[in-house]
Amino acid sequence: MSTDQDMYAGASETTEGRVFTVTGQDWDAISEGLAEEAEERVVVNMGPQHPSTHGVLRLILELEGETVTDARCGIGYLHTGIEKNMEFRTWTQGVTFCTRMDYLSPFYNEATYVLGVERLLDIEDDVPEKAQVMRVLLMELNRLSSHLVAIATGGMEIGALTVMTVGFRERELVLDLFELITGLRMNHAFIRPGGVAQDLPVGALEEIRSFIALMKKRLPEYASLCNANPIFKARLEGVGHLDLEGCTALGLTGPVLRSTGYPWDLRKTQPYCGYEDYEFDVQTWDTADAYGRFRVRLAEMWESLRIVEQAADRLAGLEGAPVMVADKKIGWPSQLSIGSDGMGNSLDHIKHIMGESMEALIHHFKLVTEGFRVPAGQAYVPVESPRGELGAHVVSDGGTRPFRAHFRDPSFHNLQATSVMSEGGQVADVIVAIASIDPVMGGVDR
Amino acid sequence: MSDQTPDKPGSPGGPGSPDSTDKMPENVPAPTGEVGQVGVRQGMFGVSGTGDTSGYGGLVSAVTFPAPAQRPFGGWFDEVADALETATRAAGLEHALGDVVIHRGEITFHVRREDIGAVARVLRDDPALRFEFCSSVSGVHYPDDTGRELHVVYHLGSMTWNRRIRVEVTAPDSDPHVPTVSDTYPAADWHERETWDMFGIVFDGHPALTRILMPDDWPGHPQRKDYPLGGIPVEYKGGTVPPPDQRRSYN
Repeated sequence: MSTDQDMYAGASETTEGRVFTVTGQDWDAISEGLAEEAEERVVVNMGPQHPSTHGVLRLILELEGETVTDARCGIGYLHTGIEKNMEFRTWTQGVTFCTRMDYLSPFYNEATYVLGVERLLDIEDDVPEKAQVMRVLLMELNRLSSHLVAIATGGMEIGALTVMTVGFRERELVLDLFELITGLRMNHAFIRPGGVAQDLPVGALEEIRSFIALMKKRLPEYASLCNANPIFKARLEGVGHLDLEGCTALGLTGPVLRSTGYPWDLRKTQPYCGYEDYEFDVQTWDTADAYGRFRVRLAEMWESLRIVEQAADRLAGLEGAPVMVADKKIGWPSQLSIGSDGMGNSLDHIKHIMGESMEALIHHFKLVTEGFRVPAGQAYVPVESPRGELGAHVVSDGGTRPFRAHFRDPSFHNLQATSVMSEGGQVADVIVAIASIDPVMGGVDR
Repeated sequence: MSDQTPDKPGSPGGPGSPDSTDKMPENVPAPTGEVGQVGVRQGMFGVSGTGDTSGYGGLVSAVTFPAPAQRPFGGWFDEVADALETATRAAGLEHALGDVVIHRGEITFHVRREDIGAVARVLRDDPALRFEFCSSVSGVHYPDDTGRELHVVYHLGSMTWNRRIRVEVTAPDSDPHVPTVSDTYPAADWHERETWDMFGIVFDGHPALTRILMPDDWPGHPQRKDYPLGGIPVEYKGGTVPPPDQRRSYN
């Protein structure tokens, strides 16, 4: 296609030099145009719409030949004002918003926000054991699905399409479990201040057990497909290198930090939701490169399976236990059930509030219309998300709505390492370096 | 609806209950004014003037934040506070430290804003402190906290000691300047840009303080409380749905 026929692919002169706009398939225009110029230095604007930038990430790369001399990120293309929106909804409704931020790890967004709210309410010790175990179960299943996508899309970006297909195949199984337990595949809004929204449905534990059994067969496939694969290793080894000093200076967390050999994991160092009761190991690697991060993620999936197994065993002994805090002024009142016309409030609950207990009706009405008040103050309870430290700075002025909720998203923070990871390397390695950070733009831009 | 008893004197009572006005002892504003009353909540439905026919329009309750803590703070809080005092004095920053607030097991150090850059360096480098990890920088806008409307909150972590603290500085709306900490914590770069973008707080000394989430030519700073919100035009007899901050809602 010649450039004068395509309105989106023209060349123009500016004071900065010649500008080419290409949208794919018409690269000849650039190479021909550049052949006339003597200049070696090219500034490439990659994205925000580019399949291998992990979403709407814009990269501004300065190239000399194939070598990247300067790499900068442009973000904000997915900013949806979730934090601002939360200021106009009740504390419970806030969960519905923040679950949508980092859409690959919704349970972590919910968990860190809810833990902050619970700390302000001073009910951290009152949350029932079953709710905590279910949170851990869901978070670890979520770590599996998130790492699967990280590995799958990372593989796709270097051309390993089989890794992509198998990764999404297994992720689908996790999403099926989410659907069974929460009713939704994404954006669950399931973890609520005081507990979780609902009890485990009948048959969920059997499904989880068969999933664990299946994953134990499937996970080795990734290892045999990638671990010693010469092409895979050639693309990943030594790429996106960032050692422990670099990670600490930039405050990086998650698999990037652990790939330097430093076993920093908030589940061990600052446990929450009862993580101290589970047996698992913090996985590290010592190469501090993209390959190491891949291996850390692979090994962490095994650890997550271990935790899921333990959580399922504990849940088997907690049948019928409460999943919401006993305080009727905080615990969400509804008890959902599936009726002939779909899901709704259970008839028992309707009977209770309409016919038996006026207090229950008042609590129901007050919580659903007004919500509950949270004592003034601020809290920050970080959790270890699949990408690193995720924390919510929750500020209350004593009202029924968050005064301010700010999320410290690990993708946002870690993406700052793009420059140091990719400058001096090749253009193709920029993609690998960013994939090894595994940024999710929904979380970066919020 | 809140009948919980305050865990200790000085902590806030249930600010929601109608009788928890500033008359109750636990709601008396902090003496120094450092983290005292930052506003008054009136009525129950966020409506001013006419329109509140609920009978709750006369409610007045103080908005009070946790008051400064007195020594001993307990646990490792005293060690950190001592080390910080010694180290700041050694660095010639005698007046840098303000109140210390301990609430729900989290400690907050209030720092004079012109000293935050130097204090951050002390916090990171002093062997007894070693807060080498700046986890986040976020802004909070308290429009009723006169003279200190804008707060910048730093969440710092120490991997060496496995501790977490919060550092807070304030700036008036009329002079929204705070020194940068990005020369100490390079990764505070984007967080400060976000805080500038959302609150209009200028971080002096920041290498490239530009908008990060909003478009470059965006007017205003969206997360400030006085940022105008849009309503939704509804085509029904000229009726409109007002912006969320002007709707009737519990406050």
